Amino acid sequence: MDLKNLTIEKAHELLSNGKISAVELTSHYLGQIDSKNKELNAFLSVHAEKALSCAKEADVKIKNDQASYLTGIPLAIKDNILVKNEVCTAGSKILENYKASYNATVIERLNRENAVILGKTNLDEFAIGSSTENSAFGVTKNPHDTERVAGGTSGGSAAAVAADMCLGALGTDTGGSIRQPASFCGVVGLKPTYGAVSRFGAIASGSSLDQIGPMAKTVKDVALIYETISGHDPLDSTTVPNNSKLLDRVEEINIADLRIGIPKEYFEAKGLNAEVKEIVMKAVKWFESQGATIKEISLPNTEYSLPAYYIIQPAECSANLARYDGIRYGQRSKDAKDLLETYLKTKGEFLGAETQRRIMIGTYALSSGYYDAYYSQAQKVRTLIKKDFMEAFEDVDVIFTPTSPSTAFKIGEKTADPLEMYAADIFTVTANLAGVCGLSLNCGKINNLPVGLQILGPWFAESLLFKVGEFYEQLR
Amino acid sequence: MISKEEVKKIANLARIEISDSQIEKYQAELSAILDFVGQLSKANTKGIEPIRQITGLESIFKKDEDRGLLDQENGNSLVNQAPEHKDGFVVVPEVLKGK
Repeated sequence: MDLKNLTIEKAHELLSNGKISAVELTSHYLGQIDSKNKELNAFLSVHAEKALSCAKEADVKIKNDQASYLTGIPLAIKDNILVKNEVCTAGSKILENYKASYNATVIERLNRENAVILGKTNLDEFAIGSSTENSAFGVTKNPHDTERVAGGTSGGSAAAVAADMCLGALGTDTGGSIRQPASFCGVVGLKPTYGAVSRFGAIASGSSLDQIGPMAKTVKDVALIYETISGHDPLDSTTVPNNSKLLDRVEEINIADLRIGIPKEYFEAKGLNAEVKEIVMKAVKWFESQGATIKEISLPNTEYSLPAYYIIQPAECSANLARYDGIRYGQRSKDAKDLLETYLKTKGEFLGAETQRRIMIGTYALSSGYYDAYYSQAQKVRTLIKKDFMEAFEDVDVIFTPTSPSTAFKIGEKTADPLEMYAADIFTVTANLAGVCGLSLNCGKINNLPVGLQILGPWFAESLLFKVGEFYEQLR
Repeated sequence: MISKEEVKKIANLARIEISDSQIEKYQAELSAILDFVGQLSKANTKGIEPIRQITGLESIFKKDEDRGLLDQENGNSLVNQAPEHKDGFVVVPEVLKGK
């Protein structure tokens, strides 16, 4: 059987009809990983034995007609999400040998359906970066061009899906870390609304921004994973109960009813590549040709979003990463002579340069005398950005933007200048700051490199994003 | 531009040991980043409340009861993650110097 470009939807059909077993499907993807991972470095660890035994259980479930959509479906998990008894590195030397003692809630939910976990994927250290070049375990290469990055920080998950090493994956998104690699690798990625998916068992980066979300080949597949992992969890008090209120209305929406906002601040942004703009505008024009209403809108505080993000994220990560002190987890420097040296040398030795930079920026921004000028001001600007979105969503249903100002860049191209790397996040950080949901899907290519269309929706309007994404994917 | 002394101070507050050559590198990089984020001072935020929680949730309580998350085995495996441990306890470097 030709399994190339298989989707979750199609695999579920094959499994249900007995055309293939979950064990065969899992073996196929383990084989794919075996032959491709050496070149791409998408997976940091592969759990072959466990995956096959889980697939066996899935086959029993399928035989007994107890299967759901994800039963027996091979998935990859970003290596900052805990899977019990497996190593979880977060891309950092400091956690190189750290073994999870419990499952993240999202993993519990996947296990309940007997989804098959193939292994853990590469990321920037502690999900800090934009290209997976900050991983302590080497860069992940873009399957479309191995001289280029896969994007980040969920670069391993994006590359694994794009190179057909799994049927779907989980990533995390703090400032674009699902959407930007999805865009660079030509797959679909969702950053859910803040509070839609439990982060219990995800290693924290920027706690007021972090969300776990799905990546897959189609919008439908992303929706299937999302439906399984989302929902209230008493173990993450930021999850919002009964939030999917838009579902009923969305069923009835037609493409001609859609009001699509085009924010001028994004399309006129200085760093936006002209060809990327053209391809994204083509997608906009397609919706217009189908009867959707296109409206130019303004999100006036967009210019402050990147500076606000690069205060809030470092501030929160400096607090979150304080726990890697050589006492409770992971590595401890061997050269330390007393308690203070234990902290200093452990963090000096085992944390990468960008992680150290962010911790220091965060420490500075939170230190006495600077708090009001930096962190407090950034959180006020965040109120303004949220207000921009609230007002925009009174006039339009969804907002279209490019996911990234460029296609995948060359490995090493932006590593010398931190600020140039930060600029890669310009169109994605706003969704995290405002808490809204965002979907990235492929809308074309430039020289064989994928271009992503970002569709932003109001809080908890994931079902609307799926509907709009599916219109485009299926009808175009 | 922040000074070398400031970089040293921040690194020490953050408990990160950095070498002299790193101090120089971080001085330039952190200064550039702080200049960039400094643009925020131009934003007019008079009378604007800072975001506390983006979806507006407040005071989420939970019952003070055993949720069955950790059994003895898992509890031990948490302690065993520590770089140094003994008899189910985490061993730390001496904090207060004894006599």
